[in-house]
Amino acid sequence: MPIIIEGLSFYYGEGTPFETKAIDNVSMEIKNGDFVGIIGHTGSGKSTLIQHFNGLILPQKGTVLIDGQNIKDKNLKLKKIRQKVGLVFQYPEYQLFEETVYKDVAYGPINLDLNPEEVKQRVKNALELVGFDYEMIKDKSPFDLSGGQKRRVAIAGVLAMKPDYLVLDEPTAGLDPAGRNEILDNIRKLHENKMTIVLVSHSMEDIARLVKYVYVMYQGKIHMQGTPKEVYSHSEELKRIGLGVPQVVDLLTALNKNGLMISSEALTVEEATNAILHGIRGGLNA
Amino acid sequence: MEPIIKIKEVTFKYNPEDKPALDKVSLDIMPGEFVAILGHNGSGKSTLAKLINSLLLPTEGQIWVKGMNTQDDDKLWDIRQSAGMVFQNPDNQLVATIVEEDVAFGPENQGVEPLEIRKRVDDALKVVDMYEFRRRPPHLLSGGQKQRIAIAGVLALNSDCIILDEPTAMLDPSGRKEVIETITKLNQDEGKTVILITHFMDEAVKAKRVVVMDDGKIHLQGTPKEVFSNVQRIKSFGLDVPQVTEVAHNLIEQGIPLSKDIISIEELVEALCQ
Repeated sequence: MPIIIEGLSFYYGEGTPFETKAIDNVSMEIKNGDFVGIIGHTGSGKSTLIQHFNGLILPQKGTVLIDGQNIKDKNLKLKKIRQKVGLVFQYPEYQLFEETVYKDVAYGPINLDLNPEEVKQRVKNALELVGFDYEMIKDKSPFDLSGGQKRRVAIAGVLAMKPDYLVLDEPTAGLDPAGRNEILDNIRKLHENKMTIVLVSHSMEDIARLVKYVYVMYQGKIHMQGTPKEVYSHSEELKRIGLGVPQVVDLLTALNKNGLMISSEALTVEEATNAILHGIRGGLNA
Repeated sequence: MEPIIKIKEVTFKYNPEDKPALDKVSLDIMPGEFVAILGHNGSGKSTLAKLINSLLLPTEGQIWVKGMNTQDDDKLWDIRQSAGMVFQNPDNQLVATIVEEDVAFGPENQGVEPLEIRKRVDDALKVVDMYEFRRRPPHLLSGGQKQRIAIAGVLALNSDCIILDEPTAMLDPSGRKEVIETITKLNQDEGKTVILITHFMDEAVKAKRVVVMDDGKIHLQGTPKEVFSNVQRIKSFGLDVPQVTEVAHNLIEQGIPLSKDIISIEELVEALCQ
């Protein structure tokens, strides 16, 4: 079952002189097993949008259906929705608070009134899903870990709720390249294990590498959508609205302009290398 | 010429029993230089920045800023005025409710004459291209704009040296571009010494010198071309090289004759399309 959003609008400070439109008539559908990216400059409405996915913000106009249930339905238990749609905020490591990694990850499941054995199983699974050795990590203080590790513990805390959808807001911001790769590999594996993933990011490279479908937000609206290849083929427009493209996309555009005829569809370093090799060798054969 | 910042065999430990966060580091930075410091989280970059600013004091060794020893208590405020810092989170370093008051905060606390403050604030805001926003409340600005206000705050102190600790980590692509353009301008047009700590390799490429830290030590330094041509070594430190350098490196491995020190799109285009 999908997340269906129809005609969603949201205003901050509604009815005051400071009223600003954060979301403007947005519709989208996220199906089971999807890997969706949302990009847009700061203030384009991304974070406001995803807070509608689990009812942290309720729609002022339009509807949000999670697996067929309207999140504004008065009989609906929002707690159930929040379990179904796991939201990982920006800098989630700031939310760590317990004295051991185990206790921190167990906090959610314990509050679901699960039996201790089930809690333990969930904590173990969640920590393993983000690439930890359970026995090694469980008794450590989360505050003694590196930035990337802390963030993985925080993500494990959300995974322990066994969500069907995982929504991540800027999961790699502020991490070093190794930390970034660690988190992205985990996210990729979660998707391979059939989890539906929504990734909000400022990193055009991360989006290009991972997601299957991209929504581009601008001034509260969906400005563009498509596969990464389709979206990044509009590099001038993306730059105009405060975004960019991966460096390799600019590279291939420049090569084509200078007369090297190569396929300009590549989005990653590997694809670009192959496209150039193909172009050069093809040229030599001709 | 004397270095504006001289770091001599500095070791720093957060706790006496800990392994050192910095281990016998020596580094000279000349006036007007633009130095990028790279290294994974926990490699000692931020510790180094805080030591220069006298927020931390060396466990062993010495640091001089414009000839002033950072351990000299009497010189503390002169040192902080000479080497201003900009931090990662734009929301944590703006204190006033109006942009120009925020920029004036530093010089006001130094007891600068009001007319002089007015001039410095206006000049600083013009340099970072935020003059028309001077009467706005900072919380309504974008991340990139907030960081430029923070930079203006350092400029208003007449600092010769600006240390930026991952100033673009929380920004979107256009915000990053704004901040990097501002930093480049400060260095080239205003002659400011810039120390930029970053995880973004495309930013480090703009510097004149790149210093790579790992495990509390300096492992590699040189021009961006010299440093990034060591693709394997850079990766062994948990870092990356610019995408275009990586493409060039892959092409070389496939037998395409290219120079090893390509760091920009223009260079690779020229090499391939000649």
